[in-house]
Formats: sequence, structure tokens, C-alpha cells
Amino acid sequence: MNIYFQTLSRDLRIALRNPSSVLNPLLFFIISVSLFPLAISPEATTLSQIAAGIIWVASMLAVLLSLNALFHHDFDNGVLEQMVTSHHPLALLILAKITAHWLLTGIPIILLSPLLGVFLFLDEQGIKVLMLTLLLATPSLSLIGSIGASLIVGIKNSGMLLSLLILPLYTPILIFASSAVSQAQFGLDINSQLYFLAMFLVLSLMSAPFVSALALKISLE
Amino acid sequence: MSSLVIDKLECQRGYSQLFTNLCFQVNAQEVVRITGTNGSGKTSLLKILAGINTQEQGCVTFDQNVVKSDAYQQEVFYLGHQAALSAELSSLENLEFLSALNQPVAREVLIQALEDIGLKGYADEPCANLSAGQKRRVILASLFISKAKVWLLDEPFTALDPKGIKIVESRIAQHCANGGLCLFTTHQDSTLPNQRMIAL
Repeated sequence: MNIYFQTLSRDLRIALRNPSSVLNPLLFFIISVSLFPLAISPEATTLSQIAAGIIWVASMLAVLLSLNALFHHDFDNGVLEQMVTSHHPLALLILAKITAHWLLTGIPIILLSPLLGVFLFLDEQGIKVLMLTLLLATPSLSLIGSIGASLIVGIKNSGMLLSLLILPLYTPILIFASSAVSQAQFGLDINSQLYFLAMFLVLSLMSAPFVSALALKISLE
Repeated sequence: MSSLVIDKLECQRGYSQLFTNLCFQVNAQEVVRITGTNGSGKTSLLKILAGINTQEQGCVTFDQNVVKSDAYQQEVFYLGHQAALSAELSSLENLEFLSALNQPVAREVLIQALEDIGLKGYADEPCANLSAGQKRRVILASLFISKAKVWLLDEPFTALDPKGIKIVESRIAQHCANGGLCLFTTHQDSTLPNQRMIAL
């Protein structure tokens, strides 16, 4: 367990010393959301209807943008080889890296979302549910994303491949999360959507680190 | 006595067969130098022994433990072509993480290890500022403090100055005198005594 926290603190330290890699996806998130009112309409009724969808799509793309770097540097400099040859379970080390990724992209997205919700005239109930769905589902995004990132780690110019691999797995989250927010705006019950997102989180938490470990070992050969 | 047993190993890269039916045994206190031309499979062999690559056929055991098992991996240290350092971290932080992957070590031991390898005063220097030879020395420091019995060193003398090579050679000799064993590859002249050659 000690190695988990050591890997986590190492990854956080690297990110803090190289902040542009963390800030780029977040800036993309903010900029893309704030362009919609300019392009569509500044009217409150229109924007509040599509706010949840915009924020969710933007946060998903921001996470996707940040995933390329998850294993890339460690692969290039040979640290991954040392992780594989270590006697610690690779899945645990990967889980630590995923946790660091979530802390650096998921958490800032959750914290920024109420501000962007206000931009888009989302009401109080909508913002609350939006944050709740993000809290439940951004860990799943990082977990599932790690599978894709570990599959493409050895491939040069893999730009589109990651999106093709990952986005189909992201779509159920997108559908349930944004429908939760829009139903909450009408004052409807959203338990079923939240249960689904929670189920997705548990499922990906239990499987993604192991699948990623396997994929990384294949990529390293 | 512990020994590394390689039995009927077969390795294929792409369409070319690098070696088949490779059998040998390395006992404790032995130094083995793997020789061969470029592309003959020296790195592939070491990667199989390190548990990174998978062999087509055959088996590798150390003290009856099969390669890739936890008990086996605990006894193995693999030094690859890359320095395994993050440019953003200092040499001490890098060394701390690398050794934690094997066995957690006290901070004083790490600082001492950096001094022994000739990096005195570089503990807090970001690795981006180190030269190629100095980077190499950081991972060598983590090799020297590891408790692994099997050292698999792929070109350990790369980028090192003559003094650095001397240190590595004496550490290999010391490791083997203490009951360890070492397999290494190099294209440079090595003056290590009692090295057994295995040609691929």
C-alpha cells in the first residue's frame, strides 16, 4: 500500500512542476464551454436547456485530451519497464497513476463546473446534480481512459486511435449523466441515472486497473 | 546454492528467430557476459529474464521460482537502455521512487548511495540538468542499494567515464562475492575477472 502513495505523490509532484500539461485540458474545457453562448444564443431559456450536455461533452473531451500523457512519459524514459519488473502488482501502481490523473483533471473539472453552469444559466438544482454526476463519473472516465492509454502507449502518432477506442465506452456515461441533469431541472426523480453511474464506477474500478496492467505489458513487449 | 536456470528458451522478434533451444545455468557468484552482434538478441534475452518480454517457448527459473512470479521478480533487477528518470524530479526523488519499487530504503542510505556513485551535491538537482553519464549513475545507485540477487545489466557502461566504469565493475565483483549473480552485455572492453562468455 505504501508504494501506492509513493507513486501517487510522485505523479502529483511531476505534474505540479510541469503545470502546462495539467492546465491545457482545463483551459480547453473552459474555453470550449464559454464559446457556446457566443455561437448559439445568449438567451437564458435556450442555454439552460443545453447547459448540461455542453459541460458534459466538454469535460469528456478535456479528459480525453489529458489521457495521452498518462503513460507516455514513463514509457519514453523507461520508468514503465522498472514498474513491470518490480514485484509490486502493476495494477496497484496503475491505480495510483489513475488516482493522480483524476485529482489533476477530474477534481478541477468538478470545481469549475458550477461557475460554467452559472455562465449557461443552469438553475441551482441543475448545478447540484451536475456536480454530483461529475463526482460520480469522472473517476470512471479516468479509469476507462487508462485502458485506452495503455493500449496505445507504444504507438507513434496515435492521435485518433485513443478517441476511437475510448469514446464508445464513454457514451453511456454521457447519456445517463446529462439526462440526470436535465430531468433534475424539471424536478423529476434521478435515482436510476445515479445508480447507473455508480454501477459504472464500481465496475470500472474493479476491472480497469487489471486490464490496463495487461495492456501495458503487451505494449512493452 | 541459488542459480538462474534457462531451459530450452526460444525467442522470436517479428519474422526473425533470434535463438532457439537456449539452455544454460548461472550459479551464484558467477558473472556472465552475453556476447553477440547487433540484433542477435542480447537485449531480448535480458528482457525475457527480467519478465518484460515473453518467450515463445522454454522456461526461466530462479530458485524454483518461475519468471514473472512475485518471488522471482523480487530477486531481479533489470537495468535497461533508458535511465528510467523523470526530468522534473531531482536525482534523490527519482532514486527514492526507483528503490521503493524494489525495497523502501531510508533517506540517508539514498544520499550516501548518490555520494558513492560520484553524485555528491547533485541530490536536489532536477534530472533534466544532469548529463547522460550522471543520469546513468542515478539508476546505477538504485541498482547498488537493491537487495536483488540477480542483476541483469544491458550495456551498463554506456555514457560512463573510465572512473565510473571502474566503480560499476568493482560493484559487480562485490555483488557476486556476496552470493549474487550478474548477467550483462557490453560492446566495450570489460576487465572484470572470471567472466563467463555466452555467445548468441
